[in-house]
Amino acid sequence: MNLLEVKNITVKFGGLTAVSDFSLSLKKGEIVGLIGPNGAGKTTAFNAITGIYKPTSGGINFGGKDITRMQPDKITKLGIARTFQNIRLFSNLSVLENVLVAHHLRLKSSFAAAMLRLPGYLREERAMRKEAEELLGGLALSRFMDEKAGSLPYGQQRRLEIARALATHPKILLLDEPAAGMNPKESHELMEFIEEIRDKFDLSIFMIEHHMQVVMGICERILVLDHGVTIAEGSPEDIQGNQKVIEAYLGVETDA
Amino acid sequence: MKSTAKILLSIAAILLFFVFLYWAQKNLDPYKVRILNLCAINIILTLSLNLTNGFTGLFSLGTAGFMAVGAYVSALLTMPYDIKTMNFFMVPINPVLAELHAPFIAALILAGIVSTVVGFLIGAPVLKLKGDYLAIATLGFGEIISVVFTNTQTITNGALGLKGIPQYTILYWSWGTAVIVIIGLMMLLNSSYGRAFKAIREDETAAQAMGINLFYHKLLSFSISAFIAGIGGALLGNLISTIDPTMFRFSLTYQILLMVVLGGMGSITGSVISASIMTVIMELLRAVESPMNLGFISLPGIPGMRMVVFSALLIAVALFMRRGIMGEKEFSWDMLFGKGAGRRESA
Ligand SMILES: Nc1ncnc2c1ncn2[C@@H]1O[C@H](COP(=O)(O)OP(=O)(O)OP(=O)(O)O)[C@@H](O)[C@H]1O
Ligand SMILES: [Mg+2]
Repeated sequence: MNLLEVKNITVKFGGLTAVSDFSLSLKKGEIVGLIGPNGAGKTTAFNAITGIYKPTSGGINFGGKDITRMQPDKITKLGIARTFQNIRLFSNLSVLENVLVAHHLRLKSSFAAAMLRLPGYLREERAMRKEAEELLGGLALSRFMDEKAGSLPYGQQRRLEIARALATHPKILLLDEPAAGMNPKESHELMEFIEEIRDKFDLSIFMIEHHMQVVMGICERILVLDHGVTIAEGSPEDIQGNQKVIEAYLGVETDA
Repeated sequence: MKSTAKILLSIAAILLFFVFLYWAQKNLDPYKVRILNLCAINIILTLSLNLTNGFTGLFSLGTAGFMAVGAYVSALLTMPYDIKTMNFFMVPINPVLAELHAPFIAALILAGIVSTVVGFLIGAPVLKLKGDYLAIATLGFGEIISVVFTNTQTITNGALGLKGIPQYTILYWSWGTAVIVIIGLMMLLNSSYGRAFKAIREDETAAQAMGINLFYHKLLSFSISAFIAGIGGALLGNLISTIDPTMFRFSLTYQILLMVVLGGMGSITGSVISASIMTVIMELLRAVESPMNLGFISLPGIPGMRMVVFSALLIAVALFMRRGIMGEKEFSWDMLFGKGAGRRESA
């Protein structure tokens, strides 16, 4: 069964159709890529899936639930987490706090219990701290734990954003250009890292990438957007040889 | 330093402070005691506003309105029957209200609760929307409440206001409340809910994407803030013993906002320091409004001069000290005794 089923969604901003008739099905454990030139509508498709924009038409189904018009926080609670193209950490909070915030959605204690430090709350707080510290340790971020998130080097900020998303316990992880601003070697390492977390956390991953080469290695399937329209879908080999894709990418290809 | 040592040190400091208050209440002249009371009340009000504006990233301007609600609730609950009927000589008081009476502690808590309900009613529709509609709504609320209180004569005695409110606000009440508010807010803000508030302040979209229900947490923060401001207003009413609707105008909110900004948005200890200092400065500045004789020249008193100086201060803060006295930092014992030893323990 498909975990995520996006059916023919269209997103319009006034007269501009940013995404038109977009469909996607994602199975458990899959890594699927979404590529396309600047302004193709990739981020908009993400925003529609995560509830930030409401699609003009079409529907989105996740694990048997219709999430088309749900609030973003509800969607995250159900199990879809994301990162942002232009990193959006809580800059003035510490690295550890950034991850702890992502645990808040599972907190059972009321605000009064939290404020009064009742035993039930303290137990929850201890458990989330332990888990957060382990997660940061696993992502080689332990030594930054008490630093402000905004003061981290760029690469670590990207990692922290992924850590924070993982802390919500997602079933699906959406990554918006995680390799942006990285050199080929760093991108390659990142892709290995993404495969690793897919296996470790039992995830399905849907990721946006600007450059085809970066995702060729790890994506089982790739979708190509151009001017909001899905111009191709298939295995990396199919996409690479696709005439329409080459045309859409002409001029972009050179700086890849 | 060990965290148990820090807690003991804090308890000791608080006890010492209350010994001072005990002495002050008996030995200082009423004027100085009044300033000390005002310090505590301004701390309470500044913290109330800092919770929304500094910690949650909401822009509320409702402080004076919530104070008005709290002050009237407490006044009506603590004034004796005779004084109430004496006050309402133009239009008689609503008979149910005339009979109502409660001890001061209950009056304070009820003042907070009624203020919370009002806050909830304003906040619920507005906080659903994205964007800074809260500023506009709370600004309107502050102005509307004084019009409403002027016209609900059987409840508030209209423009005549209330006189002879029992002066129950002594140092133990004002500072006792201030200490409870300080500790309560520190515990709240260091909890998971506090982290959620700060996350919303840092980046609303990202906070929501991490599963935080924006509406619930904003409304929670705003309601708690209204609760505290209501109690602050009640303490003020029972301190100065005379209240009327014109007292609770925007300029009052503006003063509190200045204290928040000066102390540092998002710093509890900053608010405590700036509210204390500003209260004293405001009193000293009364001098600039009275005629002055400098020996060689005498200046006439200029009414309203205090607010001019006050505003100049705000501009200076905005220009040169944008992050206030404390920024987002907190005073801590580690800071006092030098860092090093137990840095990681702050977590
Ligand atoms: N909130 C919005 N309001 C109006 N137009 C928007 C909005 N968001 C995106 N757009 C427009 O929709 C189109 C698609 O933008 P989108 O950000 O989805 O592209 P993208 O494929 O992610 O591009 P990039 O590779 O640059 O990130 C663009 O023309 C953009 O200007
Ligand atoms: Mg994009």
